This record gives sequence, C-alpha cells and structure tokens, in this order.
Amino acid sequence: MTISSAFDVGLVVLILAVGAATIAMREAFAAVIGYVVYGLLLAMAWVRLAAVDVALTEAAIGGGMTGMLMLGAVARLRLAEGNDIRTSLPVRLAAGVLCVLVTAGVAVAILSPPKTIPTLAPMVMENLAQSGLGNPVAGVLFVYRALDTLLEKVVLILALLGVWSLAPDSVWGGIPGLRVYARPGSTLTFLAQLLPPVGIVVAVYMCWVGAKEPGGAFQGGTVLAAMWLLVMIAGLTSVPSIGERWLRRLLVVGPVIFLGIGLAGMVLANAFLAYPPGYAKPLIVAVEVALTLSIGAALGLLAAGPPERV
Amino acid sequence: MKLAFDILTVFFVSCGAFFFLAGTVGLLRFPDSLTRLHALTKVDNLGLGLVVLGLLPQASGLFAALKLVSIWLLVQLSGAIVTQLIAGTVRQNGPDG
Repeated sequence: MTISSAFDVGLVVLILAVGAATIAMREAFAAVIGYVVYGLLLAMAWVRLAAVDVALTEAAIGGGMTGMLMLGAVARLRLAEGNDIRTSLPVRLAAGVLCVLVTAGVAVAILSPPKTIPTLAPMVMENLAQSGLGNPVAGVLFVYRALDTLLEKVVLILALLGVWSLAPDSVWGGIPGLRVYARPGSTLTFLAQLLPPVGIVVAVYMCWVGAKEPGGAFQGGTVLAAMWLLVMIAGLTSVPSIGERWLRRLLVVGPVIFLGIGLAGMVLANAFLAYPPGYAKPLIVAVEVALTLSIGAALGLLAAGPPERV
Repeated sequence: MKLAFDILTVFFVSCGAFFFLAGTVGLLRFPDSLTRLHALTKVDNLGLGLVVLGLLPQASGLFAALKLVSIWLLVQLSGAIVTQLIAGTVRQNGPDG
C-alpha cells in the first residue's frame, strides 16, 4: 500500500466516522459542528479525486454557508425551547423508513455501476477550445448545460423568497433578524475591518480565474457573502431592509443578464443560450461577474434570515 | 540541492506534525475551555507555520510560495481572533456559554 492510498483509506474512514457521529449526536449544536467538519473532509476527498471545482464548492457551501444557516437554526431552536414539540412516533418511523429507502437507492446505484460508464467528457474536451475557456467545468456549466446553470440561480432566489415568506405580514419588507455583535474596539470589529479587503480580492480572483482554472461565480459569490455577513455581524454596516431597491436589483442582475444573453443568442446564434462565435468567452465572463454579485447577495440574505423588524 | 530541500521539507513538516499532535492531545486532555484554547492556538501558529515553512522549498515559484505564506497568515489571523471571541464568551457566560 502506497502512502497516498493509505491516506485515502484513512480519509474515507474518517468521513464515515464523522458522518456517523453527526447522525448519532443528540445535541443540535454538536451535530452542526460535526456536519461542518464532514463538509471540509468531503472537500479533501474531492481534491483527491482531482475535482477541485467541486471541492471548492463543497468547502464554501457544504462546510461554510450551510453550516452557518444551520447554526442560525440551532440558535432559533434554543430561543424556542420552552414550547418544545416532540415529533410523534409514526412521523419518526416514516422519516426513518424514507431515509433507509434513499440510502438503499444510492447504495444500489453505486454498487452496481454499468459496464461502460456513459460519458460525454471526451467530446467536451474536444470542443472546449471553441468556447475560449480553459476550465472544462466552466465549459459544461456555461456552454453545454447553460440552462441548468441559469435555473440553479433562479432556484437560489426562490429559496430566498421562501425564507422571506416566513416573516409576518407586519414586517414584510423590513430588516432581517441577523444577530449583531456590535462592540466597538472588540477583536471582531478588528477582523471585520481587516479581512474584507483580502476577501474581496480573493472573490474577484476566484470569479476571474474560473474561466481557466478551478473557481467560478458560486465560489467567489460565497466568499463575498461571507465578507458581507462579517461586516454586518460586527455592526460596521447596518443590515439592509429587504425592500431596498438596490438590493432587489443586485439579486436579479445575474440571472437577468444571463437570460438576456440567452435570448440574444436566439437571434445571433440561432439557439436559446447559445453564444455567437468568437464572443463566447467575453459573454461568459460578463455573466459570471454579474452572477457572482447576485449569488453573494442571495447567500448573505439567506443567512441573515427572514425580516423581523421594520 | 534537491536532496537538501527535501531534507528541509521532511524536517519542518515533521516538526509541524508534532505540534499538531501535541495540540490535539492538549485539546483532549486539558481540563477547561481556556487551557484547551491555549493548546489549539499553538497548533494554528506554530504547527501550520512549520508545515508551510517545510513546503516552501517545494513551491513551484515565488507566486506559489507567497500563496502558502498568505494562507498561514490568514489562518493565524482568524485563529487568533476566533480564540479571543470564544475566550471572551467563556469569561462572560461561564464555561457552558
């Protein structure tokens, strides 16, 4: 056994152990921490599988953003601990049965793979040069499966609408109930002053490099969202009310530009979401820049939660 | 020259790994939150610093080396500040936060 395969086996054992521990954990806070560790370990597994794009997304979304959303949920559950409603046995049984069914389905799919795995990867690599992109993942996302990518961004906005709709009517259009720790002169203030310039440069770099190397709009947008949340939590900037014009525009600018270029493709390139020859790369980079801003705003607001005051 | 670089790498990364091990033992064995935090900061600062120092001779150029150093600086910054925040909360609300 070589050193790298020993490392891989160790990593797999660790992932399984952390996954099992996360499920077995009785306390919600500890389970969320377990889940974040699980996400970071999974990111390492993706790096070992040479899927750096997926690893970046897993670390940013699976480890970071989802972890933050769930920590927020745990904090809310603690506040509501008084009226604790226990789920009834039939509900728990049904949840257990559904989990077993999903697990069995995934296990069957993984343990009995087809003899020849259907793949379009060679075709992608052959035709990638036409798009002017160097990163095959960006090529698939923005050229071959552009419709999926567009719908994915729309889903993000729908998710945000779902969170917002939890607000009572009286505070609709108000300020999200993000918990703010404004203590002037604290170390958090220092971090919120020092880190965002670095983070913004990293986000711009990730978005720009996504055309050639691993990276892209989603990873860059997550870093932007994290920086925005940091500044808001430290109380250096106020949490905007969800009715603000600029905020609404920021949320839709990415999908709207993507859709606009897609519709223009019907006239200029004879297909929806097709790019006119020679202009593919600049158009894709423009879409990515706009999407990075929209994703950053959407993720930041998702973590900020539903409006709670006007 | 290559051999000398490799020896440097093995030496410093091993030293770094030792600090990670010591920090983990401290995290598991120390009695309360503040001493456990103390153990963890040594891992962040010294352990990762030594690992980065060990990897520098293997970096493929100045730019890659600068990236490694900036990762260490960023982890140090976030580690030190998060430790301060946790310690502040422990002092304010007691060990059960």
